[in-house]
Amino acid sequence: MQYLLIFIAAIFVNNVVLSQFLGICPFLGVSKKVSTASGMGVAVTFVLTIATIVTFVLQKYVLTPYELDYLQTLTFIIVIATLVQMIEIILKKMSPSLYNALGVFLPLITTNCCVLGVAILVIQIDYSLLESVVYAFSTGIGFALALIVFAAIREQLDMVDVPRGMRGMSVVLVTAGLLSLAFMGFSGLEGGLRSLFGLA
Amino acid sequence: MKKYLDIIVNGFVKENPTFVLMLGMCPTLATTTSAINGLSMGLATMFVLICSNLVISFLKNLTPDKVHIPVYIAVIATFVTVLQLMLKAYLPEIDASLGLFIPLIVVNCVILGRAESFASKNGPLASIFDGIGIGLGFTFGLTLLGICREFLGSGSVFGVILFPESYGALMFILPPGAFITLGFLVAIVNKIRGV
Repeated sequence: MQYLLIFIAAIFVNNVVLSQFLGICPFLGVSKKVSTASGMGVAVTFVLTIATIVTFVLQKYVLTPYELDYLQTLTFIIVIATLVQMIEIILKKMSPSLYNALGVFLPLITTNCCVLGVAILVIQIDYSLLESVVYAFSTGIGFALALIVFAAIREQLDMVDVPRGMRGMSVVLVTAGLLSLAFMGFSGLEGGLRSLFGLA
Repeated sequence: MKKYLDIIVNGFVKENPTFVLMLGMCPTLATTTSAINGLSMGLATMFVLICSNLVISFLKNLTPDKVHIPVYIAVIATFVTVLQLMLKAYLPEIDASLGLFIPLIVVNCVILGRAESFASKNGPLASIFDGIGIGLGFTFGLTLLGICREFLGSGSVFGVILFPESYGALMFILPPGAFITLGFLVAIVNKIRGV
């Protein structure tokens, strides 16, 4: 039950893009078409889950026992950058069809702050390994959901006559604000589910 | 001297990272709940930017082309760690209020972007001035956004109360307000620039 709660809270209540502001660059940059948005969403979910497992193990079995906590930022970013490269190479050999679908998005993910953000966050919250995996996976789903919904809105936005000064990024930001406002409607969900499942 | 002044003005006005280049949006939106938070995030980023620009401009002829991005990221991550430890030791309140976004300076695209497009092509002195210019532009953007959000949301600026808090629209401090305020600021800047 507690995993279901993490899952729902990460997607709707604390949506990674719309309420935690992680991964804004791809959210604004790769959301012009629904097809590219869903590709990016899948790629991020995939990398995010694997990266969180690797960094979690590294933190618990290398950094903490040897008191190297201050190297966290440096090691995590290098591990994530290497991992993204490695996933790209492995996918190219093992599954060319998946590589063709995700290929262009993979290099962009290194500088997506939601990967590093989630890796650091699960250490700070002190989740167990399984909880971290569920959290990372559902954060990825939440990212994909926000991206796809936003891309669908932006496709419609192209046909609207926007006032001159608001054209371009300005109207996109205001639209994102309204979407974020809509997601705030979910904020009561977590407490309700908690009492429903009988969790404190 | 004229040349260096031009670099600073360029970073502040023509290539303002917040309003023109639209880079580093995550900390811009997340940390500007108040003017002081925006200002401290801007200064923290500026520190890392100046240091990494300087080191990378020294390293530019030594790094093989194939591994230049990992090298840059390692340099940036080093300075972020330095900043993290210094803030924890001397300014713990700022460290607490900026939280996760201090380590996330590593993946701020402004810094890697300047390393790639400026510091790897120019000398150390010019790179320092570019860091100052872009850093000031970023700080200005964040502080302005912080002032607007704090004023609209809680009726104060830098903690100075201008109208009672109960009249403020809380939404501007919450996440949606960040997007909407920045959207309108960009529209105003576009109008001024005559785009």
